Amino acid sequence: MDKTALMTTIKEVVAPYTKNPEALATLNEDTDFIRDLKINSANLVDVVLDVEEKFNIVIDNDSMEKMINVRSAMEVVENKLAAP
Amino acid sequence: MTITTILEKLPYGEPFLFVDTLEYIDEQKVTGSFTFRPNMDCYKGHFSGYPVTPGVLLTEVMAQIGLVCLGIYLTGGPEGMTFGLTSTNVEFMRPVMPGEKVTVTSEKIYFRFGKLKCRVVMTNVQGEEVSSGEIAGMIINPR
Repeated sequence: MDKTALMTTIKEVVAPYTKNPEALATLNEDTDFIRDLKINSANLVDVVLDVEEKFNIVIDNDSMEKMINVRSAMEVVENKLAAP
Repeated sequence: MTITTILEKLPYGEPFLFVDTLEYIDEQKVTGSFTFRPNMDCYKGHFSGYPVTPGVLLTEVMAQIGLVCLGIYLTGGPEGMTFGLTSTNVEFMRPVMPGEKVTVTSEKIYFRFGKLKCRVVMTNVQGEEVSSGEIAGMIINPR
């Protein structure tokens, strides 16, 4: 999956949970889930579970804690998809 | 963990303990009940001259039995753990009058990354559905 498609999918996943439509509209690799998109920590769990479902991967606690912005979320997904 | 232990670990006291007993619990599901005391203060004003149990208290019963009791069972209820209610999506179908006993059944949707989300149904003694919905909370473990 190329980076544009990956980012588009992550944008779709976070859309229902964001409280800041402006930050969603200009979403990029530096967009922070909590600071920019105003997603609360309970809904961040749902974001991670939706990412799991969307990409058919399992995200462990360590990876979850890394997923603070779009870039780190993309890295976690890419690493999981590349794992044998 | 036994039902007695779970009840002992509940972090509530009078007048905000809304669990009388649990009838069943396992890793997926919990059933418990509570009888609304007719002398509860809220009935004096909800409503004036016409006491009906407030929906927020029905939600509280659902959360204490459905989320907190199950959360204690799933984590072992370590000393100092705290709970935070994070979302409720509950519908109310029937009024609950002073003195009525309600039974709550809660089924785990997921427990991941400290968040417990459950599908919760409350019924009256006639077996009629009083309220139902999805409730979620974060369990904050001290360690």
